[in-house]
Amino acid sequence: MNGPGQGSSLLQTRNVTKRFGGLTAVKSLSMAVMPGALYGLIGPNGAGKTTVFNLLTGVYDPTEGDIAFDGLRVNGRKPYEITRLGIARTFQNIRLFPEMSVLENVMTARHLRSQQTFADAILGTARHHREERDARERAMALLKIFELDSLADETATSLPYGSQRRLEIARALATEPRLLLLDEPAAGMNPQEAGELMRVIRWLRDQFSLTIVLVEHNMKVVMGICETVQVIDYGETIAIGTPSEIQRDPKVIEAYLGGG
Amino acid sequence: MPLTRKLPLLVLGIVVLLALNHLFEYGLGDFQINPYYARIIHLIGINITLAVSLNLINGLAGQFSIGHAGFMAVGGYTATYVTVYHGASIAALAGGTLGDPLGSSLAMIVSLVAGACAAAVAGLAVGIPSLRLRGDYLAIVTLGFSEIIRVIILNVPAVGGATGFTDAIPITNFFWIFAMATLTILVVRNIATSTFGRALATIRGDEIAAEAMGINTTRYKVAAFVISAALAGVAGGLSGQLFANPLNPQNLNFVKSIEVIVMIVLGGIGSITGAVFGATVLTILPEALRALDQQYPGLRMVVYALLLILMMIFRPQGIFGRREIGWDWLRRPAKAAGGRAA
Repeated sequence: MNGPGQGSSLLQTRNVTKRFGGLTAVKSLSMAVMPGALYGLIGPNGAGKTTVFNLLTGVYDPTEGDIAFDGLRVNGRKPYEITRLGIARTFQNIRLFPEMSVLENVMTARHLRSQQTFADAILGTARHHREERDARERAMALLKIFELDSLADETATSLPYGSQRRLEIARALATEPRLLLLDEPAAGMNPQEAGELMRVIRWLRDQFSLTIVLVEHNMKVVMGICETVQVIDYGETIAIGTPSEIQRDPKVIEAYLGGG
Repeated sequence: MPLTRKLPLLVLGIVVLLALNHLFEYGLGDFQINPYYARIIHLIGINITLAVSLNLINGLAGQFSIGHAGFMAVGGYTATYVTVYHGASIAALAGGTLGDPLGSSLAMIVSLVAGACAAAVAGLAVGIPSLRLRGDYLAIVTLGFSEIIRVIILNVPAVGGATGFTDAIPITNFFWIFAMATLTILVVRNIATSTFGRALATIRGDEIAAEAMGINTTRYKVAAFVISAALAGVAGGLSGQLFANPLNPQNLNFVKSIEVIVMIVLGGIGSITGAVFGATVLTILPEALRALDQQYPGLRMVVYALLLILMMIFRPQGIFGRREIGWDWLRRPAKAAGGRAA
């Protein structure tokens, strides 16, 4: 396979392979995501898309290969370190903090920007109060963007499914990432909500100068907003290109519809 | 709250505690507090410190530690040792003896700090290897740790071995018990309501998501564990130096740890007010049921167990659940009503 262009990509993986025992979940994956890109990662069920996200965010270590973010090797780092470098993610199976309010969920993501020590918190110093106020204000501003500000005090898990997905994106954005990984953001959304989501994703990219990689099953969403799409099947890349190139690719059609 | 408002509150708190302390020690005119009741109240204060500190790791961070008695023992024996062997010279630094308020207070402070530090070091040593793991491992390691501590103490004659540390000098009083209980409540509450409290709550909620938020889960688990251990050490130091209440390895086994867990479970795990409530009720209840024993020996523990079982059946989340009862809670109904009207 021809290696992706070097240049100044924000995220680059080189021949990343992940094996679980005898199963090769991701095989020799190479991807290059340019700054400001909207990059789609698609593939049939079990193709290894979520595994790729777990590799990029340090949940798994690659068996082979390297992952570079902004020229920095990130494989081998812990997930929290990678988040601090500027990669944030959402989860396919929503992982909100169930006992917390909507607002608190977003505020947890401000923790990594906090400068205070335990002593500040215990003594209730001016820095503690300033940071607390700041975290609250920033979290509310993000909730406003996602039209969740009126639900700030509700328990996160009491929200409807689509709102929980938006809350997860708001929470990820609160870490101030440069790269946002969205794992099936449109899952469980009706066409109207999905359409709205597409608009929001594009707007976020421009507003926050983000680079976005998304895994998605909803082809309308992927083809509608991604500039580059990479298709994987059984952990292997079978095509990379623009949405229109991908839609015509015989290998992609075969992978989705089955050979025969 | 700005310092200008904190300082008067602090002074007021100390004055109130000192006044109550005087009442407990010397009575008021002819009135003397029944020493039996006084003792129960002293034990309530110590148990509040134990329960609220355990709540930090078991309730807020959601890590199941069953070795609180071990940290209590480390802190308690260290503190008591410091007073027994060096107390007189420490008191002399303040120009007094262990018999006068100034000298004994300095000895109390030094011994409690020593106990807290020793327990914190023990917490660090146990926490670093075991808190990397998830789930039940911590429970097993902490249980093992507290048993090891107990067996070591049994074999050290300098601290009394199996007979208990009966050389202890009784310098613990009402003031120190409730000053430390208040300190523990404030420390745990301020952590709980801060960004660290949210970080701990994310660990309890979902460790993978917590890491994805940039939270170093191991670091915060260890930090919470160390603070919790240090406060348990303070409780141990108070307990061991209370009049006629020597530390004894037999009373610091895992049953003691379970007792503290029952306190926070009864009150509502994760709730600080719940822990205070649980500690109070479970200190009073076995004493209140003593009357039963006079008529039917042995019935006391049966009723005690039955009450706990009924509690778990009808209110498994504990009396308070995760709620806190405080000024905010009292103000809440008014605020909510105002919000709806607006």
